[in-house]
Amino acid sequence: MSVSVQQEDFDIAAEMARLTAGDADIGAVVSFTGLVRGTGGLTAMELEHYPGMTEKALEEIEAEARARWPLSAVRIIHRHGRLATGDNIVLVLTASRHRQAAFEAAEFVMDFLKTKAPFWKKEEGPEGANWVDARDSDDAATERWG
Amino acid sequence: MKVLYFAWMRERVGHGSEEIETAAATVSDLVGELTAREERYAAAFADLSAVRVAVDQQQADLSTPLAGAREVAFFPPVTGG
Repeated sequence: MSVSVQQEDFDIAAEMARLTAGDADIGAVVSFTGLVRGTGGLTAMELEHYPGMTEKALEEIEAEARARWPLSAVRIIHRHGRLATGDNIVLVLTASRHRQAAFEAAEFVMDFLKTKAPFWKKEEGPEGANWVDARDSDDAATERWG
Repeated sequence: MKVLYFAWMRERVGHGSEEIETAAATVSDLVGELTAREERYAAAFADLSAVRVAVDQQQADLSTPLAGAREVAFFPPVTGG
């Protein structure tokens, strides 16, 4: 299974080993991990998602990445529920014969995930809990892929 | 039809899911029906520029037809990753 939406944390090394096992043509794996940032006194966040649609959206993003780059394997894990500062939120692994496809595809997956996958963050800080606003810069990052 | 609300839409409406009987032809018609119900719905849909919609778990918009639709979800712009 290449897409997971889960409460539990993930083990990056184990995921990478599983992704590349048995495929000797893989020459590059790019790994992106998103963490809960503590900027501004943030202590925790609650990540809500749309069960069913979330998995579909992530699978569509993976399919789109595979259509654009010659990828050997892809792994996307996104956590939900309550997360503390410093916790892992999201893992994207892209594997290919050569590094360029893996680098570009990992960035593409993250840009699309930010604007297409139905997740919502509620941050908890010194002034209470607030829903995070979507950023125009994330829309621009998605649009640059055409 | 099942109608779902997420994030601050859910908080404003007061629940995350409901079954409704509707003859709304489009998402826009459905929004009109919901906002006419009660103040809390009107509050949730007050700024339509901040509301996104999915019909049967696919991204949609206000003009999307609802014929045959089983599930409509309303939510703010997404902020995952």
